[in-house]
Amino acid sequence: MVTPQSLMLIGAVLFFLGVIGFLTRRNLIIMFLSTEVMFQGVLLNLVGMGLLHRNLEGQVFGLFVLVIAAVEAGLGLAIVVMLFRRKGTLDAEAWSALQG
Amino acid sequence: MELRTLAIWIPLLPLLAAVLIGAIGLRGLRTRSHWLAIGGVAAALVLALLLFQRVRATPVAEAETTFNRPVQVYSWFRAGDTGERDWFNVEFRVDPLTSVMLLTVLSVSLLVVIYSTGYMRDHHGHPEYGYERFFAFLCLFVFSMCMLVLAGNFLLLYLGWELVGLSSYLLIGFYYQRPAAAAAAKKAFLVNRVGDFGFGLGILLIFYHFGRLEYGAVFEGVRNLSEGQITLIALLLFCGAVGKSAQLPLHVWLPDAMEGPTPVSALIHAATMVTAGVYMVARCSAIFTASHVAMTVVASVGAATALFAATVALAQYDMKRILAYSTCSQLGYMFLGLGVGAMPSAMFHLFTHAFFKALLFLGAGSIMHAMLGEIDIRRFGGLRRSLPRTYGTMLIGALALAGVPPLAGFWSKDEIVHAAWTTHPIFGVVASLTALLTAFYTFRMIFLAFHGDERLPQKVDHPHESGPAMRVPLMILSIGAIGAGFFGVPAGHGAFHHFLEPVLQGEHHDEGGRAVMVASAILSLVGIGAAWFVYGARRPEREPLESLNPVLFRTLHHRYYFDEFYDVAIVTPLRRLGRFCFGFDNYGINTLLALIAGVPKLIGFALKGLQRGAMQGYAMGMTIGMLALVGWLLWANA
Repeated sequence: MVTPQSLMLIGAVLFFLGVIGFLTRRNLIIMFLSTEVMFQGVLLNLVGMGLLHRNLEGQVFGLFVLVIAAVEAGLGLAIVVMLFRRKGTLDAEAWSALQG
Repeated sequence: MELRTLAIWIPLLPLLAAVLIGAIGLRGLRTRSHWLAIGGVAAALVLALLLFQRVRATPVAEAETTFNRPVQVYSWFRAGDTGERDWFNVEFRVDPLTSVMLLTVLSVSLLVVIYSTGYMRDHHGHPEYGYERFFAFLCLFVFSMCMLVLAGNFLLLYLGWELVGLSSYLLIGFYYQRPAAAAAAKKAFLVNRVGDFGFGLGILLIFYHFGRLEYGAVFEGVRNLSEGQITLIALLLFCGAVGKSAQLPLHVWLPDAMEGPTPVSALIHAATMVTAGVYMVARCSAIFTASHVAMTVVASVGAATALFAATVALAQYDMKRILAYSTCSQLGYMFLGLGVGAMPSAMFHLFTHAFFKALLFLGAGSIMHAMLGEIDIRRFGGLRRSLPRTYGTMLIGALALAGVPPLAGFWSKDEIVHAAWTTHPIFGVVASLTALLTAFYTFRMIFLAFHGDERLPQKVDHPHESGPAMRVPLMILSIGAIGAGFFGVPAGHGAFHHFLEPVLQGEHHDEGGRAVMVASAILSLVGIGAAWFVYGARRPEREPLESLNPVLFRTLHHRYYFDEFYDVAIVTPLRRLGRFCFGFDNYGINTLLALIAGVPKLIGFALKGLQRGAMQGYAMGMTIGMLALVGWLLWANA
């Protein structure tokens, strides 16, 4: 039996795994993947909310977000590739010119 | 030609010349710039002669209506919205007074322009630096003066008034590289502003009372005002005249104005511009004669200046300054004449004075040229032999200024002296005493410069007479200095006076004229004789007055310490105030602004450390912020 609580719990766990990954890694691709993980956590949350309120909007919304996430992943990867081409490294520390 | 066309082209031609010289003088004309100037002024003079003929041909019966009808040029601007009356027009008034002034101004201008072609050259005969600029300014001045004289309403008069002030400023400061010239130009302008402030107020008051500014309407309406109102208007207008015509207490700029080139001194600061005040009072005779107080003030200021300036001229060494004080003094005569109601006589003196004073100045310029710029009469002497033509012409000018019959100055001055005696004995005594002093200081200058043994400044080897461009105007002016007086013979009833009769309100002084005439002639001869006795026979080592009464001499030499007094009483406090205001602005207000501008800067400085450029740092911040927010929400809802 899938309960809304379990869905939201898994969503929260996924989100925080993503956050920890984003904060601890310096590799741009890993960081990017971490953001995707956070994304999925949020998505699970949406589905769980839908289940809790006994309607389908949550799931429909989830589907849309999934599509947008795919598009965003394409864009994000392209940006990472461009960044790599510029500096020849995937280290996020290389991009810190904007310090005050 | 139509009257309107004539009147428009008279000022327009010099203006065109000025603009053209200004536009192409530096590129194309250069040393030929004077041809445009001569052409413009000469053509204007021809037109002025035609205009004079036209005015003279006006039948006496129609005179008043013709002269009171202004010549419309164009509508300038409007203010208010009640119809036709709100338009301010550019309109000229063509009447005998105008045409006489035009002739005087333009003929002297033409001669001075011709003279300048010779004068504005260095001793190799090359044109000086700024040659074309000089002629452009000179033409601008002629235009301004024509506008002033032709103006048909007070607004246009004010315009011309300020324009001549501007040209005067530009020309005094012609040698702007010399600090003294720049300072003199500034001084002339500022002192004139003091007078012009009153003049402007007077015009505003006229507008307030009459609602319009045309001469005809204003002079018609004068009788509807109370004497107090008229007096106030007249005195305010007179302020302007005091400034422009260098009367006490605003005379201080005129002697300093001699820093300008000598032709400028001759034209602007002797013959024409400084007489604008006299012209204005004569033009507004309807206003002035309606107020007894104003007339008394005019006469008193004139008399005081005449005597004051004549005494100062006794103790000066700079030839141009002597002549400048003499101009002050003669202008004082004119105002005395105006004030005692002898308006035509004052205008007559203006007319004759223009010729002989311009002659004397140009003669001084000729000497200056021969002495390579030296003008101190202690440094040279006995020039009679080396500069015979200059000597001859200047002698004629000096005799005319001293008032020796039958030269020009005698007739005009005598009329004023006579009018002064008939009005009040004090005025009479001052006028006669001034006449005596005038003869004395004029011939002191002549004897020191031309008589005795020849002495030259060190830099001059042999002085040479100036070229024809400078000589011929001197000769023509001498003819004027000899002959101009005959327009006013017999005294008070000459052609000049009859011509001006329709426009000038004045009284005739008839009885006892002959006695005054004889007395004046004797006085001037006594003055010349005294000057011969002191300076002519033998050049004194020291000034006799200096050995006689050193304190008096020093006072006179320092011009009664007027400049020093103004410096202490007005200039220094004002300068201090200016410096204080500057300091307040610079240190007070600017500091405050800097403080306010410093606040955002300081905040930025404090916060810029947070901006490290590391992505994870920002993400950490976001996460902590988000957690805090969620924590707060949970805690608040619990």
